[in-house]
Amino acid sequence: MMNWILQMAPAWAEAHAPALIVLLPLLAGPLSVFMPGKGRFAWGVTVGVTALCTLLALVMLAQVRSVEGGAVISYAMGGWAPPYGIEFRIDALNVLVLLLVSSIAFLTSIFGWPTIEAEINAEKRSMFFGAFQVCFMGLLGVTATGDAFNLFVFLELSSIATYVLVALGAGRDRRALPAAINYLLMGTIGASFYVVGVGFLYAATGTLNMADLAVHLQDVGGNRAVQVGFAFILVGLGLKAAMFPLHQWLPNAYSYSPSFVTAFLAATATKVAIYALVRFLFSVFSLEYIFEGASLALILAPMGIAAMLACSFQAIFQTDVRRTLAYSSVAQVGYMLLGISIGTAAGVSAGLFHLVNHALMKGALFMAVAGVVLTYQGTRIHDMAGLGRSAPWTMTAFAIGALSLIGVPLTAGFQSKFALVSALLASGWWWAALIVVFSSVLAVIYMGRILEAVFFKPPNNPQKRHKEAPMLLLVPLWILALANIWVGVNGGFVQGLAEDAAQALFIGGGQ
Amino acid sequence: MSGLIDTINPGLVLILAGLLAGLTPIQRVRQGLTLGAPVVALIMLLTATRDTDLATMSMLGFDMVLYRVDSLSFIFALAFLIAAFINAVYALHNDSQLEDSMALSYMGAAVAACFCRDFISLFVFWELTAITSVFLIFLSGTRAAYKAAMRYLALHVFSGVLLLFGAMQIYFDTGDMSVRHLELGDPGVLLVFIAFGIKAGFPFLHTWLADAYPKATVTGTVVLSAFTTKLAIYALARTFAGETSLVWIGAIMTVYPVFFAVVENDLRKVLSFSLNNQLGFMVCAIGVGTPLALNGAAAHAFCHIMYKSLLFMSMGAVLYRTGTTKATELGGLYRTMPWTTVFCLIGAASISAFPLFSGFVSKSLSMSALAGAGFLIPWLMLLFASAGVLEHSGIKIPYFAFFGHDSGKRPKEAPFNMLLAMGAAAFICVGVGLPAFLNGFGFDWLYSILPYAEDPKTVSYEPYTADHILTQMQLLMLAVFAFVVLQRIGAYPPEKRGIILDTDIVFRKLGYGLARWTGSVWNKAGPAIGSAFGGVSARAFSRLEAAFSPRGTLARGGFSNSMAIWTAVLLALALLVAFFIR
Repeated sequence: MMNWILQMAPAWAEAHAPALIVLLPLLAGPLSVFMPGKGRFAWGVTVGVTALCTLLALVMLAQVRSVEGGAVISYAMGGWAPPYGIEFRIDALNVLVLLLVSSIAFLTSIFGWPTIEAEINAEKRSMFFGAFQVCFMGLLGVTATGDAFNLFVFLELSSIATYVLVALGAGRDRRALPAAINYLLMGTIGASFYVVGVGFLYAATGTLNMADLAVHLQDVGGNRAVQVGFAFILVGLGLKAAMFPLHQWLPNAYSYSPSFVTAFLAATATKVAIYALVRFLFSVFSLEYIFEGASLALILAPMGIAAMLACSFQAIFQTDVRRTLAYSSVAQVGYMLLGISIGTAAGVSAGLFHLVNHALMKGALFMAVAGVVLTYQGTRIHDMAGLGRSAPWTMTAFAIGALSLIGVPLTAGFQSKFALVSALLASGWWWAALIVVFSSVLAVIYMGRILEAVFFKPPNNPQKRHKEAPMLLLVPLWILALANIWVGVNGGFVQGLAEDAAQALFIGGGQ
Repeated sequence: MSGLIDTINPGLVLILAGLLAGLTPIQRVRQGLTLGAPVVALIMLLTATRDTDLATMSMLGFDMVLYRVDSLSFIFALAFLIAAFINAVYALHNDSQLEDSMALSYMGAAVAACFCRDFISLFVFWELTAITSVFLIFLSGTRAAYKAAMRYLALHVFSGVLLLFGAMQIYFDTGDMSVRHLELGDPGVLLVFIAFGIKAGFPFLHTWLADAYPKATVTGTVVLSAFTTKLAIYALARTFAGETSLVWIGAIMTVYPVFFAVVENDLRKVLSFSLNNQLGFMVCAIGVGTPLALNGAAAHAFCHIMYKSLLFMSMGAVLYRTGTTKATELGGLYRTMPWTTVFCLIGAASISAFPLFSGFVSKSLSMSALAGAGFLIPWLMLLFASAGVLEHSGIKIPYFAFFGHDSGKRPKEAPFNMLLAMGAAAFICVGVGLPAFLNGFGFDWLYSILPYAEDPKTVSYEPYTADHILTQMQLLMLAVFAFVVLQRIGAYPPEKRGIILDTDIVFRKLGYGLARWTGSVWNKAGPAIGSAFGGVSARAFSRLEAAFSPRGTLARGGFSNSMAIWTAVLLALALLVAFFIR
């Protein structure tokens, strides 16, 4: 399969994939703002661009995996050699995230049209797609770049576009506006913290290239400036990743933004921030620094566990399906952070595995909810009563996502939770493993409430019947739902990617 | 048969048939599936090679053994498959796509679990039995059944989670995921033990049983009674044979349901309590752990599946025809349901261990093993419980349903398919209990398929000795005598005797006053405990809601303000950690 991709790919794609994957949406985004046709053409461009980016990501995956242990692709922007020029650096870790982001973007943008048509004013649609592509580009850039300051630029680009996207939800629900402002304020604090941290590192080492930073940091070691920089970066990226208790921007942003944006962000935005965090924790810094080990054990692990418990409880008491899912997302981020905080290859691999799987399950869940919003105009649990009979296809996919979220065997969620519990037990953290199991029980409760309403309660409004979501929405939804089952039954491929990614950090790490 | 078919776990045949049944709207086809699948699986089981790994798989880096037959799994799977076939006959009139599908998958999962030799696949089927069986409960359609089904599901999913977690802990301690003999001690083993205990109805973990079973559908209860708990018994026999604490747990399990069963009015619920009590006998035998005792447990499980199904089927027939199983509303049904009455009496005689019936040949095995191993007090407890079994299952069930005061109800005889199913179960109950006039017949056949059939004590074991028969008959005659006394006094007009508690005269005369008293105390204390618990949990719930709900503390306040402060706090924390941890 991988060899076949390499044979099929044209030479220019292989040579310039790291740059093209970011440049394509960067150029197409502004262009699509000026497209006529009430957004229809802009949508076509978006689907095309995301499809191309997915192919490019596949090409890079094939390139990285063509070498035993994973190759590293270094691409010097504009021919300026690193560490002075900006370097895009693709290895087993970020190629996984690139593929995840671009394929989720592709699937969501296919399904997006019916919901955009319903939720966004005609004259704003082209702009919306422009903003979406910039956001998409920013996320890819954060993932691909090997330069700490460049990462900040992409992070801000994607964030600013995201604020716009969230605010455009005001057409459906005015509460999107305060949610966007809140997100803007918090996101800006997070980004500033990050850039302050990078500033400290630059002051201490005089370089911004991550690989170069790692080398120079070895020399300066336990310098105060380095420690302060580390703290700022940890908190800044933690905020972007919705680390508890810095997650409070997330539930509102996810609840009130357009359905399409929610589905995309839930599956990608926090994941990219977690990737950046992992990159800094294990590539730039390493466990050799005492302060990092301590931060993992004293900050990441407790915060992850707190998220798993507090946000699961919070999800139980929500009345709105999207808010339930949003709080559950924060709880799931807790699982990933817990996996990462173990600080072993198995732990990081379990965290990354759960990251991918969570994108699959939350993508499916939010897409199904988007279908409900489209046909029933309601997001309360109450509104979903009895939909199992009137919209069986949408709701069966929703149920698959829900089971996966709970962690039922033969779904993706089971595989990654299993990997996480294994990693925890292997390191002797059996108490944390118990908490993982307990918070899975909480997930049974909060998803069970929704499933109970959907499948066992009589319909809320018996007049509205037999309305399935449109085919354009069902196809990507079912692709994701089946992906959950595929990973659940045969998790080897995705788990292999996650393991390779973790190995790349721990063996090829600091270089 | 050879090749691929040999490697397919027979349980999967049933599960596949269940899936197909779920997609088939035509009743005839589903009938074919429900009847055919157990037969096919039975043939596969009988032709399977013993003691080799017939199907293995590797997933997540674990070696999984999906199909391995040995003498222990053989007898349980055999009993399951026979029960599956009888249940299919019994439910033949039933036109419910979902119920057929779920019942088949449920039975298949239980059968498949018997052959799994690693905890991962055991866990998968363990959870599958829980998820599929829930439908059998809540399909009866009442609100109470729905709630009971949800409680049932929660507890059983929890059992599965404990099983998985315990198994993983064991794996990380020993590097071995296979289902094998375990010693209590490590936390992982303890979790597995509790997981099994929930399904086996250990004391305090048993509540789901009498809660859910009586509320299931007519056919659902029959199906449920055979599988879930016996799967747990199998698992215990496989992993915890000889664990002494099981002797005491089992002894307690046999005794306390007697009190509940005596005061209960709903006859299906009486049977559920009695089911729990019967499990106690098996758990106790597993705890003794000698080959003879394990044979006793397996034989008891086999016979128990048959006569318990038979009793539940007869009560199901009553429910089907009259719409109730309340003792107070039944009575005198023998006039119009003679066949059901006869079959119920056979079941009652079997569960009470009358000589010539299956209970006698199986129960005496484990009782002898218990006495032989020197457990005097548990032995006495079991003896007391045996008398209790006779009282609540042997006499109470048939008496109040079919004889007793005349309720005036004149229902039709049960449908033919139900009679056929009951007849088949009754045939096994009698056939297995008969003395071995010919080698290989009667109890001899049962003894020959036991897990330790070559064990010298079992080979030389002869249930029909004067000693055994006399002991058993003394016990039985005493209780029968008590009933005769009740009849002779006749001071209780039938209208009043309709209430179960009437038999308390008998109890007092026989020294069972204690039973009655304990029962009523439980009845009174139960609601009080319940409401106290309800109060505590309501308060806990409102606390949680105050903190976590959309209107709650955590969601209040200007977001940006509080979050900015949190950011600063976390930064301070990170700096402190970075500076001062050396």
